[in-house]
Amino acid sequence: MNPDASTIAAGAPIEVDLSPIAEGQDIKVFWRGKPIYISHRTKKQIDEARAVNVASLPDPQSDEARVKSGHEQWLVVIGICTHLGCIPIAHEGNYDGFFCPCHGSQYDSSGRIRQGPAPANLPVPPYQFVSDTKIQIG
Amino acid sequence: MSGPSDYQPSNPALQWIERRLPIFGLIHSSFVAYPTPRNLNYWWTFGAILSFMLAMQILTGVVLAMHYTPQADLAFKSVELIVRDVNYGWLLRNMHAVGASMFFVAVYVHMFRGLYYGSYKEPREVLWILGVIIYLLMMATGFMGYVLPWGQMSFWGATVITNLFSAIPYVGESIVTLLWGGYSVGNPTLNRFFSLHYLLPFVIAGVVVLHVWALHVAGQNNPDGVEPKTEKDTVPFTPHATIKDMFGVACFMLLYAWFIFYMPNYLGDADNYIPANPGVTPPHIVPEWYYLPFYAILRSIPNKLAGVVAMFGAIIILCFLPWLDSARTRSSKYRPLAKQFFWIFVVVCILLGYLGAQPPEGIYVVAGRVLTVCYFAYFLIVLPLLARIEKPRPVPNSISDAVLAKTGSRSTPMVSTAIVLALAGSLFAGSIDSAKASEGGDNPPANKWSFSGPFGKFDRGALQRGLKVYKEVCASCHGLSYVAFRNLAEPGGPGYSVAQATAFASDYKIKDGPNDAGDMFERPGRPADYFPSPFPNEQAARAANGGAAPPDLSLITKARSYKRGFPWFVFDFFTQYQEQGPDYVAAVLQGFEEKVPEGVTIPEGSYYNKYFPGHAIKMPKPLSDGQVTYDDGSPTTVAQYAKDVTTFLMWTAEPHMEARKRLGFQVFVFLIIFAGLMYFTKKKVWAASH
Repeated sequence: MNPDASTIAAGAPIEVDLSPIAEGQDIKVFWRGKPIYISHRTKKQIDEARAVNVASLPDPQSDEARVKSGHEQWLVVIGICTHLGCIPIAHEGNYDGFFCPCHGSQYDSSGRIRQGPAPANLPVPPYQFVSDTKIQIG
Repeated sequence: MSGPSDYQPSNPALQWIERRLPIFGLIHSSFVAYPTPRNLNYWWTFGAILSFMLAMQILTGVVLAMHYTPQADLAFKSVELIVRDVNYGWLLRNMHAVGASMFFVAVYVHMFRGLYYGSYKEPREVLWILGVIIYLLMMATGFMGYVLPWGQMSFWGATVITNLFSAIPYVGESIVTLLWGGYSVGNPTLNRFFSLHYLLPFVIAGVVVLHVWALHVAGQNNPDGVEPKTEKDTVPFTPHATIKDMFGVACFMLLYAWFIFYMPNYLGDADNYIPANPGVTPPHIVPEWYYLPFYAILRSIPNKLAGVVAMFGAIIILCFLPWLDSARTRSSKYRPLAKQFFWIFVVVCILLGYLGAQPPEGIYVVAGRVLTVCYFAYFLIVLPLLARIEKPRPVPNSISDAVLAKTGSRSTPMVSTAIVLALAGSLFAGSIDSAKASEGGDNPPANKWSFSGPFGKFDRGALQRGLKVYKEVCASCHGLSYVAFRNLAEPGGPGYSVAQATAFASDYKIKDGPNDAGDMFERPGRPADYFPSPFPNEQAARAANGGAAPPDLSLITKARSYKRGFPWFVFDFFTQYQEQGPDYVAAVLQGFEEKVPEGVTIPEGSYYNKYFPGHAIKMPKPLSDGQVTYDDGSPTTVAQYAKDVTTFLMWTAEPHMEARKRLGFQVFVFLIIFAGLMYFTKKKVWAASH
């Protein structure tokens, strides 16, 4: 009952062009049926994410570990709440990040869980920068 | 099922079979001669009611499966086609969907009855545990069935429930992938849920056979909780129990029919009339009502794994009930303290159910935690403790003694009734205030609709005018893809003739093909064609409308609603009010205001609407006075347009509504007469036994 060959084949890596995304905006792409949020973070959002005391977080992880160095403005996360799988809404909640409407989990501008029942940060999918304005997810 | 039978059929053919397979003896000893305690009350008819509901679900389900397509792109549409085009498909679908809820109503009564009268105690532990297994299977079946229509709640309910398993340490994620058959809920998930939803009812039927077998070995419990001792304590199953069960089933069918024919969507969620969209989570995900208490328990615990464990634990704990409650007296009738706590427990469960439907914030979270503690305390503290400290009243020597001394115990139930009434009353009083507070807000005003109530019919004139408004105004952006031109000539619709519908269709250009040259071409519409959509796909619709795709209007009056809140949803059951959708649609059409109130900011490209959730709507004001001309002299005002087009859209959402209400009346007349006949037959049969 595990995924069949065609499902696995359809889950191959995809390339996303980042150039149309303005600062402060974000887009949602689908990869393997999962929504992936790609956020072009503002300076303020980056500073907020870096100013937090990492040890105080429910799922401690530094912002540096969640983005690619040299591309700090880009946050790429799987937009599935780690509680029960709803899709959080971007630019909502108290932490300048994501807010899940189902059970009220709130994530910060680095996609880290800050408040609510979710146990973990929004996962970062495997991706790399092909060029400065293009990433490959998967 | 209780030992070899000495029953011999008189017919020689039946004798021939009986010698080779003693099936008639089995039936005779189990359902005819079987001795049943003579003091059983009507709460004991729920066993028969449940058997009836199981048969009903399997029968309607098998026929529905003949018309249903388990494919993610087609499932939603195939359910709509069942309702619209299959002969009596609307009836089958309502019976099956409402039937699931009724099945749970009956099982909850059945379980609370077992709890109250101590039916789980020695020697009926296995009987009780089999019952819990049936209940678990029912929950799984019900959940998977709810996924099949592939609406928004189906999809997101499936996502949330399958994700519960991801809380299991180490293997959770791989279990979830196994359930999905992919990387997220999708077509493979729908396929396997359909397969399992077809399989599990037969598993339930198998366990029911074991349940009945165990029942007939241990014998039925009874309201006094003393085992039958002499023949005087029992009556034969047929005719006594059979006729009483028939009366019980007939009464239950009245409730069932009330929902089927008059409020089929009362127990469902409006969001499930929106096709599944993996990119948008509905703002408020709620499971079906029968899971709500457990959902409330899940949400009241802030840790994910602990929440899931508590939720499953709340059900599994029932299996240990026979050993948690070690009191020797079975029936709560003779346990003054246990009786009070039982009713408090019932109220706790109902309140948990109420909380499960509320958003997880503020006072609701705190209340949920308190009630979760109460729920578990009942099993883990109250029942074991009561068994040790309570002094039960003496139980009667035998069932016949209890029947003869019936008059003595009349006053005690009053106490528990008073407690329940007081609790319910305070809840009621408390929430009327909050309901009143929210009512002044932006709830759409109620309208007088020609189609409301048990005898409601569509106003033909309004339907025809509404069609004109749709065609001249709405159709430039909104599709009506589930409605065919032929529907315009069908009974219960706008009342056009077949010729008129054909002429109407020929005004449209329909894309067809490919022809012999391999090209697509356009031809005039035929009655069998569906209203063409203004945009070729959702992306085009989105791009042409500033990012917000205009929704298809076929189901809009059933897919939109607003929160009624307590206690209105209780009154709605009796008044058959189910026009939230039309009220909302009519209100939005008239809710545009030039002046934006203070404190509300409307983004560029959006318009202020008083009744639209969030107030910022992408649709510009669609209607203005005098925009559409009417031939019949009706006022050409926005209010009239809104009313007409809403009536029309109610018809497109449910073209067979008039047939539903008409058949409902006939069924009610029949059921009332049938129940009456059963009641008087039952009285006659039992005359000698009371």
